[in-house]
Amino acid sequence: MDQIILQILNGLDKGSAYALIALGLTLIFGTLGVVNFAHGALFMLGAFCTVTLSRILGLSKEVIDETRTDFLGNPLKVDVPYIYDWFGESAGAAIIDWAVPLSILFSIPIMIAIGVAMERGLIKHFYKRPHADQILVTFGLAIVLQEIIKYYFGANQIPAPAPDAFIGSFDFGAAIGMDPGAIIYPYWRIVYFFFAMILIAAVFAFLQFTTFGMVVRAGMADRETVGLLGINIDRRFTIMFGIAAAVAGLAGVMYTPIVSPNYHMGMDFLVISFVVVVVGGMGSLPGAVLAGFVLGILESFASMREVIEFLPGINQVVIYLAAIIILLTRPRGLLGRKGVMED
Amino acid sequence: MSKLNITRRGALKAGAAAGGALALPTYLRADGHAGFTNAPGDSSVTLGFNVPQTGPYADEGADELRAFELAVEHLNGEGDGGMLSTFSSKALDGAGILGRKVEYVTGDTQTKPDAARASARSMIEKDGAIMVSGGSSSGVAVAVQALCQEAGIIFMAGLTHSNDTTGKDKKANGFRHFFNSYMSGAALAPILANNYGTDRKAYHLTADYNWGYTTEEAVRTSTEAMGWETVAAVKTPLAQTDFSSYVAPVLNSGADVLVLNHYGGNMVNSLTSAVQFGLRAAEANGKNFEIIVPLYSRLMAKGAGENVKGIFGSTNWHWSLPDAGSMAFTRSFGTKYGFPPSQAAHTCYVQTLLYADAVTRAGSFNPCAVAEALEDFEFDGLGNGKTLYRGEDHQCFKDVLVVKGKENPDNEFDLLEIVEVTPAAQVTYDASIFGGELGTCNPGA
Repeated sequence: MDQIILQILNGLDKGSAYALIALGLTLIFGTLGVVNFAHGALFMLGAFCTVTLSRILGLSKEVIDETRTDFLGNPLKVDVPYIYDWFGESAGAAIIDWAVPLSILFSIPIMIAIGVAMERGLIKHFYKRPHADQILVTFGLAIVLQEIIKYYFGANQIPAPAPDAFIGSFDFGAAIGMDPGAIIYPYWRIVYFFFAMILIAAVFAFLQFTTFGMVVRAGMADRETVGLLGINIDRRFTIMFGIAAAVAGLAGVMYTPIVSPNYHMGMDFLVISFVVVVVGGMGSLPGAVLAGFVLGILESFASMREVIEFLPGINQVVIYLAAIIILLTRPRGLLGRKGVMED
Repeated sequence: MSKLNITRRGALKAGAAAGGALALPTYLRADGHAGFTNAPGDSSVTLGFNVPQTGPYADEGADELRAFELAVEHLNGEGDGGMLSTFSSKALDGAGILGRKVEYVTGDTQTKPDAARASARSMIEKDGAIMVSGGSSSGVAVAVQALCQEAGIIFMAGLTHSNDTTGKDKKANGFRHFFNSYMSGAALAPILANNYGTDRKAYHLTADYNWGYTTEEAVRTSTEAMGWETVAAVKTPLAQTDFSSYVAPVLNSGADVLVLNHYGGNMVNSLTSAVQFGLRAAEANGKNFEIIVPLYSRLMAKGAGENVKGIFGSTNWHWSLPDAGSMAFTRSFGTKYGFPPSQAAHTCYVQTLLYADAVTRAGSFNPCAVAEALEDFEFDGLGNGKTLYRGEDHQCFKDVLVVKGKENPDNEFDLLEIVEVTPAAQVTYDASIFGGELGTCNPGA
């Protein structure tokens, strides 16, 4: 029982990341009709916003410590962050410790700007081109972004830990009346799940309850008619691209304490996110979220030792197997609508 | 006066023969050299350094390349000479190799066997490399070693830790200085017994590829021999990044030790997950729960950050070793680049020196003469104490370092502390246990 609950928690956690990335992909596909293979790179750029802010906060002056030596036997140069001078050592250390949550604020304007620049600078030229062209150009863009990050930050992973207050695990077993220690779950992963829930709710609320959202939804349903009403739908769609980029970026920011970021992390999520979008139903936002969680939970269960022993290799194919079964039984995906991606 | 008769048939035959000769790879042509592939001219000799310049091990590859550049500098008599002054063989004099200036070309393995073979082939056929070295993966090492065997080129392996490189896939033209999974297991087991006792239950998470299997087998064999029980061994996909679903069940499995047979990004991520799930602080079977990483690398320890503290593993070499050779290399490398070398850099530097020394002692670039000079060659002063290049399998036997993530590092490079230097005799094994045939040396041409 405890194993099942653990894997459900794991699945919800993985599903949160899948859902957030797939949500942005669906927003872009639903509004602009573009298959954006650079979306994983936006997730990665979000994570590197955290790395960048950590480095900015950690900008230091060198102080020579004569009592210690470096690896060559010279007096050790100790880095003292400037932030210690400005806010005092304890406050400065606390700010550095909270770099990941602070990156949320730091990354939103940056990711929106990147999204808008990407859409205006490159992707808008491919609206009327076939999907194959869009896939090629966005995939190429993803590789360019990856290589830029690798050039500046290296190929190795860069640790970006959660604040000290969130290090450790929550005794879930004790909380639900089971044996203490039977189910423990890391605090930060719980934070990630709730953060994803809030972000998803915020996107839905924005689309549902604002005039801007109403116009966008109308544009998603019938772009031409909305244009004929005199509404500049293109401008709104550009903003939606920026918002989708910010959602992917925020998913990346909060993911950094879970998996230390490297330049390739976006690609690791990209294929799975596309499967999530297709399984959820092309253009369906609730479908993307639902499929994200369903596939996340399935993947977690397939990684259990008992399952792998029974069906070796299932952990590597379960998502694709589930996608095949769902698409055979529901060709439009879980919540897909008629007329989307259909001639 | 002879008369030149050119017939249509004759012209076609001649054309076909000339075309065939041109199409033949240069290493199979016997022109311009003395019975072996890519014989160098009188003024210079070209070495081929095949390292991952892109892909997940690009940082490790960059460090290997720095070490190769340093080795070439020292061989050509530039810089401070590094380990040339501490190397027990005094054949090298800083005047190149056999009086020829050392030049080099580089290739990108991308940590993909196919790409690595293509870049090695290009360096051999187009650039005339007489020796190929480098790499950061056993899959790549085995593939490039086989190519070098076919081409009649000496392969001086870089970082490759699988038993297979000098086990079932060994080749007469291939030589490995780096240690292997068996040695890691043999060196770690007594330290683990001393620190954690002989009544332990281990849970293995193993990267689902060749290196993972040989490492798991080595650690299982040596820990089970001292009384540990293996509760479970689960293979994890190589592309996995979030290991939560593999780590979460460990605590309730009855195990009290987790062995992470992972390297590179896999190691960083699985260790991070294990620490997040509270395994470091947990108790099981009335004992503290422990984590072990059989193969450590400083570059990866850096990626894992705080999570490595107190965790045991093994490594081929560490810059903090106090012997004269290690100190000379660290000083040389650190002065030139501003940070200490990694174990990958060390093994590549040493392999280049060993090759150059073997050529000099043999008095020939002929790969078979070089191989003979390397076989059963005993040396010292290159950072690992007395070392033997065993002739039976072309594997180096030397002391193995057992290390632990340092609790209170002095600086950003001071991530691992050496716990034990396991003597070579304790990690030496019978060459026949891993099978494979060395075959005969191929001079090419």
